Amino acid sequence: MGENKGLLQLREITKVFSRGTIDEIRALDNIEMDLNAEDYIAIIGSNGAGKTTLLNVIAGVYPPERGGKIIINGRDISGLSEYKCAQYVGRVYQDPHIGTAAKMAVEDNLAMALLRGKPRGLRAASNKQRRDLFRSALTPLGLGLENRLNALVGTLSGGQRQALALVMATISKPALLLLDEHIATLDPKTAQIVLELTEMIVKREKMTTMMITHNMELALRYGNRLIMMHKGRIVVDMNQEQKSNLTVNDLIVAFERASGEAFDDDSILLRRD
Amino acid sequence: MLDTIGNVLSFSLYEGLVFGFVAIGIYLTFRVLGFPDLTVDGSFTLGAAITGVLIVIGVNPFLATLAAFGVGLCAGLATSLLNTKLRIPALLAGILMMVALYSINLRVMGGANVSLLREVTIFDQVFEWLGLGADVWYAELILAGALVVIVFLILNWFLRTEIGLALRATGDNEQMVRGLGADTDMTTILGVSISNGLVALAGAVVAQGQGFADVGMGIGMIVMGLASVIIGEALFRPRGVARLLLAVIGGTFVYRLMITIALRLGMAPGDLKLITALLVIIALAIPYIQKKVRRQWLPPAAKW
Ligand SMILES: Nc1ncnc2c1ncn2[C@@H]1O[C@H](COP(=O)(O)OP(=O)(O)OP(=O)(O)O)[C@@H](O)[C@H]1O
Ligand SMILES: [Mg+2]
Repeated sequence: MGENKGLLQLREITKVFSRGTIDEIRALDNIEMDLNAEDYIAIIGSNGAGKTTLLNVIAGVYPPERGGKIIINGRDISGLSEYKCAQYVGRVYQDPHIGTAAKMAVEDNLAMALLRGKPRGLRAASNKQRRDLFRSALTPLGLGLENRLNALVGTLSGGQRQALALVMATISKPALLLLDEHIATLDPKTAQIVLELTEMIVKREKMTTMMITHNMELALRYGNRLIMMHKGRIVVDMNQEQKSNLTVNDLIVAFERASGEAFDDDSILLRRD
Repeated sequence: MLDTIGNVLSFSLYEGLVFGFVAIGIYLTFRVLGFPDLTVDGSFTLGAAITGVLIVIGVNPFLATLAAFGVGLCAGLATSLLNTKLRIPALLAGILMMVALYSINLRVMGGANVSLLREVTIFDQVFEWLGLGADVWYAELILAGALVVIVFLILNWFLRTEIGLALRATGDNEQMVRGLGADTDMTTILGVSISNGLVALAGAVVAQGQGFADVGMGIGMIVMGLASVIIGEALFRPRGVARLLLAVIGGTFVYRLMITIALRLGMAPGDLKLITALLVIIALAIPYIQKKVRRQWLPPAAKW
């Protein structure tokens, strides 16, 4: 593939929904982006800015408009179906119900996740060696899940489920980790725990990560880069240095300058808390 | 008196075993995959028709039975392709195939039925090998039991493999399965095909047991299979692949036992479908009413 600048390259990524109707909406508008290996990017932006759409396009849920290119590790994956993209992309959703299967045991969920990007065959899905691996992946969470491999996931709490979803997204070490407001539905204490787990796993596995959040302080504190989206475009892109001394208020000013719109605090577009 | 009870039991056991295939097939689609597949009424008859015709033209009965499994697979394949590749809703895809199979079955048999009374069936073969007369009460049980054990062992192994796990997970959370890199179209196709293969196998065995295949013999198979599954789940409350499969077979036996007793008590055979329907309704309503009494929150009924 010749010169391989970074881990992920997005070129001319546009996504139009309901084309040709009065509801036509340009959810992504010519996005260009380069991620280096081990980048940990926080993405913020108002409701409907296109953050989730961006992750969906990268994960292959739907293809970008013609001409758009998504290149991971030098491989063009634009147009691949979701299950094929999954070999490169691990994902945690806002809702723990989406990332885990409730009526199956913890062990079965992890066995599914372990085979991401590998051919599934007629070997036993789970064996002693794999169970040991699952236990050692769950132990650092400190939630006691390593002793509950046989518990149905539906019997776990929301926070436990989201922690499990995080392990499932990373256990096979995909090239890219996508987090879409993955702590937003958790109570503050559990949210803090899952956030620290995220930090731990991302650091340990040196994962390239994109994390959507509505919490500006979080976005400033975590990650080495911060991106702000507005109406399908990237309007602010700061590196570690640029964001290190910023406050939430500076961020709001940056948003207003870049978008040409007043920051509407009442509508809680971007929460300060 | 004791003789009658013995008769009823062994007959129910036999039926529980052969119709157990139908129940396992229905369990695979409705419960494991969450795919309400109505192809079953057609594929049951298809299995009977193919086997009947093949035996009449002189094919080895075991090969003819295996062929039934094969064409059943194809029927399931067609239904699941309609669903996954043309995005026709599962319920409609199954109904379309069921209707299409009615005509196909008539064509296959060249009429409304095929008689096997003078032909050598798998039962005759096995009786001959074992040196048993057909009047020995457990003769049929041996064959039916052996078939069920084989299918049970294969499925119990398969559902625990990596592919089998992906198949089970598809019914639980399809989006998660795709997100973890497994092709849910493929798992759906696989599951629905295997299910209909088993149902057709049951049709083939039943036709050979009763000595004929008939175009109407599949009517009501879905409800019967569902009744068996629901009874098995309610009675045995199973957890884990092996126990679930056993519970489904057990449920079929209990269901068949009730039907046989109802018939012995003088109920008209024509009323059985009504009884079965009522049985399923009651079994489905009980948990709802229990929750209602306990004032638990209830989601609106699924529309599928
Ligand atoms: N499948 C879809 N069909 C039609 N329109 C869609 C679809 N998905 C997203 N949109 C539209 O695209 C725009 C961007 O949506 P998106 O979900 O990406 O926003 P977001 O930045 O994630 O917002 P939020 O912070 O509320 O999650 C919205 O206007 C939304 O209505
Ligand atoms: Mg979103």
